[in-house]
Amino acid sequence: MTMWEYAPAPESRDIANLKAAYRPFVNGEFVDGGGEPLKTLNPATEEVLAEVGTANASDVDAAVKAARRAYERTWSALPGSERAKYLFRIARLIQERARELAVLETLDNGKPVKESRDADIPTAAAHFFYHAGWADKLSYAGLGPDPRPLGVAGQVIPWNFPLLMLAWKIAPALATGNTVVLKPAETTPLTALVFAEICQQADLPPGVVNILPGAGDVGAELVRHPGVDKVAFTGSTEVGKQIQRAVAGTPKRLTLELGGKAANVVFDDAPLDQAVDGIVNGIFFNQGHVCCAGSRLLAQESVVDELLAKLRYRVSTLRLGDPLDKNTDIGAINSAEQLGKIRELVESGDNEGAHRWTSPCPVPERGFFFAPTVFSGVQQSMRIAREEIFGPVLSVLTFRTPEEAVAKANNTPYGLSAGVWTEKGSRILWMANRLRAGVVWANTFNRFDPAAPFGGYRESGFGREGGRTGLEAYLDA
Amino acid sequence: MATPTLPAALADATRDESSLRRFLHGLPGVDQVGVEQRAAGLATRSIKKAAKLWAIDTAISMVDLTTLEGADTHGKVRALAAKARRPDPDRPDTPPVAAVCVYPDLAATAVDALGGSGIGVASVATAFPSGRSSRAVKLADVELAVTSGATEVDMVIDRGAFLEGRYGQVFEEIREIKAACGDAHLKVILETGELATYDNVRRAAWLALLAGGDFVKTSTGKVSPAATLPVTHVLLQAVRDWYTATGELRGVKPAGGIRTTKDAVRYLVAVHEVAGPEWLTPALFRFGASSLLNDLLLQRRTQLDGHYSGPDYVTQD
Repeated sequence: MTMWEYAPAPESRDIANLKAAYRPFVNGEFVDGGGEPLKTLNPATEEVLAEVGTANASDVDAAVKAARRAYERTWSALPGSERAKYLFRIARLIQERARELAVLETLDNGKPVKESRDADIPTAAAHFFYHAGWADKLSYAGLGPDPRPLGVAGQVIPWNFPLLMLAWKIAPALATGNTVVLKPAETTPLTALVFAEICQQADLPPGVVNILPGAGDVGAELVRHPGVDKVAFTGSTEVGKQIQRAVAGTPKRLTLELGGKAANVVFDDAPLDQAVDGIVNGIFFNQGHVCCAGSRLLAQESVVDELLAKLRYRVSTLRLGDPLDKNTDIGAINSAEQLGKIRELVESGDNEGAHRWTSPCPVPERGFFFAPTVFSGVQQSMRIAREEIFGPVLSVLTFRTPEEAVAKANNTPYGLSAGVWTEKGSRILWMANRLRAGVVWANTFNRFDPAAPFGGYRESGFGREGGRTGLEAYLDA
Repeated sequence: MATPTLPAALADATRDESSLRRFLHGLPGVDQVGVEQRAAGLATRSIKKAAKLWAIDTAISMVDLTTLEGADTHGKVRALAAKARRPDPDRPDTPPVAAVCVYPDLAATAVDALGGSGIGVASVATAFPSGRSSRAVKLADVELAVTSGATEVDMVIDRGAFLEGRYGQVFEEIREIKAACGDAHLKVILETGELATYDNVRRAAWLALLAGGDFVKTSTGKVSPAATLPVTHVLLQAVRDWYTATGELRGVKPAGGIRTTKDAVRYLVAVHEVAGPEWLTPALFRFGASSLLNDLLLQRRTQLDGHYSGPDYVTQD
């Protein structure tokens, strides 16, 4: 048998225009932050990429005040059609600088450049295009004749889709007339700071967008600041609960997009090969660092053996390694800390008696990598069936009847997403009505569009992002 | 009508018309959105340097160099045979193609021109391309090809019968043709452009495999759309599933519309990752093409010389 080795096809890291130092962005200027600078790593090599200035309490105060001034003096007074022009301009600038942003995102986050190039960056641009279109049509959004912006939005985003989550937060906020103070994640601040440059390029009025890098303390300061009218957070359920406590009793509006433990339900009449692709996409896309990841596969018992055999073959073809290589399917885990969490949970799966299968793919010696792993024989009582792993680890459970599938799928405190695989349309509708999840995908998984609202319920949070419904989170209707 | 070597479940599928129907309709469906998304995703693989040169040489060795025109002459077939032996006369290390594919009345000419080269002669048959004739005429067509010395027969299935749901008839016909082929390899053209749905393509592929086809082939090249990546994915999946079920390796041949090296490399990536590396051989994967070969030769020169040569540096045959 002939072996065909794909030659390395790396994107050049020079495209990222990486600078030695980055600084917070307040009132239209890059400023020296008062916080201790942080060093951001390339998780694929463990090398320091850049030093990033962080904010302290007085920077948060200055940013919120700048956002307030911008809100009152310019942004909220601009006609929607004028706001739209800025959003269109930002969207086009993201497209123009797409390659730079993709490579930078990959360096800072560890995700394969294939994904940052084909998913993160284009979808981020799409969010700005989509919301630009709404800016002058808010009276027709079904939220009353003259919905008003809320004021200053304090936004805290995670490290799994740094620029894309920024777009999900900033695009609707600006379209609806709010101004923004945003804190990117500690481990992935770089594309947000290039986005700040894009705001300058677009001549966005100073103070409309402020970016404050830093750790959780900066986020906590921002959320607690009395000048903030609206808090939007995407991240862990644990931090989400802290934020909800912090804003309780204040007039602040809140939306939370938190964790998940989504069930991907495969019936015996499913299109099996595409279900396998959907399962792979559901759990191994972005190394499983996806809040809506299909981390629990619920397979009908009559088809589980065939499905697992196909799944293992398919997973063994996934290419793990240098995230800058255009042929890499699985990149690096974002941080040593996250890698530790994944290992700990995988160990618990072994100890609790689940059967572990790991892809035989080679794993680089340096960097934070974890080979795609599939646990079969998982029971509802095991930790790997209940806790969010946030890594490339799939737990496979089985069911016998549709009722049992629904019961097991819903047997989690989370409720963000779910998938259903069957060729029977009536069963898809029956399942969608019963699955307690904000998003239910039918015969696909992890498909996103700015026009489709996204969000969860129960411990996965509340509020929607995207679509007409998503506007409501930033409007006083 | 069962083949004795098949596993029980598959042998049972071919017992009678209704078993066959139950089996084919019991195959998992193919989700159109999903298979097209997967095909587009795999098509973004970036194949460079040594991997690309390997792919080009492999693709050349998999070409069924084809001429299927009403205007075909003995001279045209001889020209094609010469090209098949030495695709790039300036570069004798260029591998020969897998086979030359012609109409049955010209098979003898191709056999004569390719004598001793080890290059196969494939002949289309069974009232190609429509397949609309009697069984006797189709068998006579095959007999002409085989007695002329063709080593491979590319038959078309009766799409009308397939679309009417008369699977047994299609099955029987393939079996009879296979028997008539003797030692010649049988490629079964499904004409996927006329079957229209991926579900139909999968059923037709299994039907052909059950009936003994050595290859499943997408198209005649006379109907649009001809070969597409997603359709080829479905066929590659079918031969992989067949291998899992029986341990037998069967081949796939996309034909029609594959004109560039870039396209060919995308097909090879699909072969590599959907079916598996075992299929990366002319024994199990072919390209039915005419203009593809020259683009492969030009790209091969580009890889070796470091610059592009114009189309006049390869022979127009």
